[in-house]
Amino acid sequence: MKKIYSVLVENRSGVLCKVAGLFSRRCFNIDSLAVGETEDSAVSRMTIVSSGDQRTIEQIEKQLNKKIDVIKVKTFDEPASVSRELMLMKVKYNKSNRRDIMETCEIMHADIVDMSKNMMVIQICDVPDRIRLFISMMQGISIVEMARTGTLALQKCMDTDN
Amino acid sequence: MIGADAIVKCLEAEGVEYVFGYPGVAICPFYNSMLESDIQTILIRTEQNAAHAASGLARVSGKVGVCAVTSGPGATNLITGVATAFADSIPLVCITGQVNSELLGSDVFQEADITGAVESFVKYSYLVKDANDIARVFKEAFHLAGTGRKGPVLIDVPIDIQNSPVGKFKYPEEVSMRTYKPTVKGNMAQIKKVIKELEKAKRPIICAGGGVLLSQAEEELRNFAETYQIPVVSTMMGIGAMPTRHPMYYGMVGNNGKPYANRAMNESDLLLMVGARVADRAVNQPDLITENKVLIHIDVDPAEIGKNVGPAIPLVGDAKHIFEDIQKEDFSCEHGEWIQLLNGYRDSMRPVRRPNPDYVDPAAFITMLSDAMEEDAVYVADVGQNQIWSCGYHIVKKGRFLTTGGMGTMGYSIPAAMGAKLADKKRQVVAVCGDGSFQMSMMELATMRQFSVPVKIIVLKNNYLGMVREYQHYTYKDNYAVVDLSGSPDLEKLSAAYDMKFMRLYTMEGAEDTIRAFLENDESVLLECIIDPMDLVK
Repeated sequence: MKKIYSVLVENRSGVLCKVAGLFSRRCFNIDSLAVGETEDSAVSRMTIVSSGDQRTIEQIEKQLNKKIDVIKVKTFDEPASVSRELMLMKVKYNKSNRRDIMETCEIMHADIVDMSKNMMVIQICDVPDRIRLFISMMQGISIVEMARTGTLALQKCMDTDN
Repeated sequence: MIGADAIVKCLEAEGVEYVFGYPGVAICPFYNSMLESDIQTILIRTEQNAAHAASGLARVSGKVGVCAVTSGPGATNLITGVATAFADSIPLVCITGQVNSELLGSDVFQEADITGAVESFVKYSYLVKDANDIARVFKEAFHLAGTGRKGPVLIDVPIDIQNSPVGKFKYPEEVSMRTYKPTVKGNMAQIKKVIKELEKAKRPIICAGGGVLLSQAEEELRNFAETYQIPVVSTMMGIGAMPTRHPMYYGMVGNNGKPYANRAMNESDLLLMVGARVADRAVNQPDLITENKVLIHIDVDPAEIGKNVGPAIPLVGDAKHIFEDIQKEDFSCEHGEWIQLLNGYRDSMRPVRRPNPDYVDPAAFITMLSDAMEEDAVYVADVGQNQIWSCGYHIVKKGRFLTTGGMGTMGYSIPAAMGAKLADKKRQVVAVCGDGSFQMSMMELATMRQFSVPVKIIVLKNNYLGMVREYQHYTYKDNYAVVDLSGSPDLEKLSAAYDMKFMRLYTMEGAEDTIRAFLENDESVLLECIIDPMDLVK
């Protein structure tokens, strides 16, 4: 079972290490982890995607809550969230495949953000599934390197939100 | 005022009476400032024991124990003690000196990333980077250590921070931490559910863990058990939550526990786990304790509930409050038949030992010793066969039984006994160890002598690391590996070297007189009991 943990933490040095350490020490998986400051500079948000059985999922939330630097933990499924991932991909191209690449980018709403005579950098920002699809579409050409942010997610808007 | 003075002021404000530790350059400003204070410093002989001594003091006094050591090896030596306290949820504040804050990260002499190293063994840790933060940090640290699920908190203070001026020192009266608000009072709706189950239950049982002692709920537990006629068993850490000879107490559970205690737990239809982790030593098949019974799990740490076993009713809160709140409700139950049945098990399932008459029988000796000890005495058991015999045969009256159940750290008993004695000098304190565990802490005989801490020590000598030998006996068919302790010192000569009284017992003959003489005077005494090297705990 996959779960997204949206964790508000004190923006202090060492907190990322403490949270990541908790996952490794308790043998919990981290599928992805993204951290950044929130609207309040004293608070950071960690978005952690993890998977496990029901007991593990509950334990992750409880153990996170136990950390003194953790302010709040929200746990939700992907369908209940707006999630996005940003990926940059550098590929090698030639005359014969340039057109194909550009078409794929167009279909997938990816942008070519940098270019040289035989290389280009593609940027795509989409839901995790579409990022995976894009990678598989590009598998046929030569990928030089790529970088992904990991999933960022917020719970979908509800009228009960405050 | 400098940072070091501020630290001392914080400790004074917290009512600290003793600091156990070992100096080095990086903690020297602190110890220099301590010269001006009434707080007594105890120079322990190795840092690990500073944490154990603070642990013994904390467990007997109910306050937070404090230790202070230097950077690098001083700090890393402390780790086993910190981990031991963490496993048993003992409240400690551990202060470590650190190299100059500008040199942090450059691997200078005696630098160790101690906050990083202890991360998984502490409730929280601080690296102080501004002397003006000291008051807030210490206030928070004592609060964190001593509330909710208790545990060790480490504060790392670089030497330049200890030496830098502090503007205006004011020890905060209140703690304001937005992320830390432990649940102490149980949820009333959950309590009502518990009562409903209690009314239905035919064969209820309470399993008391160390949490009962940590929340000082012994009296509440006893009241509860007596009022509603609910039998009690305990985990190793819960020993002493009920007096051993209380008619409603059926002993320790687990693979080293009493057979009738395990049977009582297995045959119950409602199990009330209170302040217990449901760890493997007490419950080696967690699935079984939810089979055919309702499990109610009461713990102050919500993460413990459901960690090893899924309860029917989780109840987060402090044991003392919860027992009180349940008793406020109007209900009654009666379990005469169930108690009769358990009494029958207790009478018929007593483990039978066949002691070798040529040696001291540790089981009989421990019963005789603890029977002769004062009502409120503190008995500290070490780790090894001695621990299991102590758990099985020691009689708690109104005193305390201390041991390290979670981590099982050898060498715990002597330093912890020193801390216990300092916590309450009027109480009789006896440490019981094996010849292996004794040698892990025998350097502390000097500390006992230097600071006049009259702890009484029993060494059950069998020339083996007995618990491991027993394991090898069963698992490796008596192929013993690395368990022979020959080379051990002559304890009579050793006692003389430390000006300690020494006694030795070869068999049970005259044991009563020896025990009386051992307990009689107020000095430190070392009593060596020669036990059968081939003896087994089961």
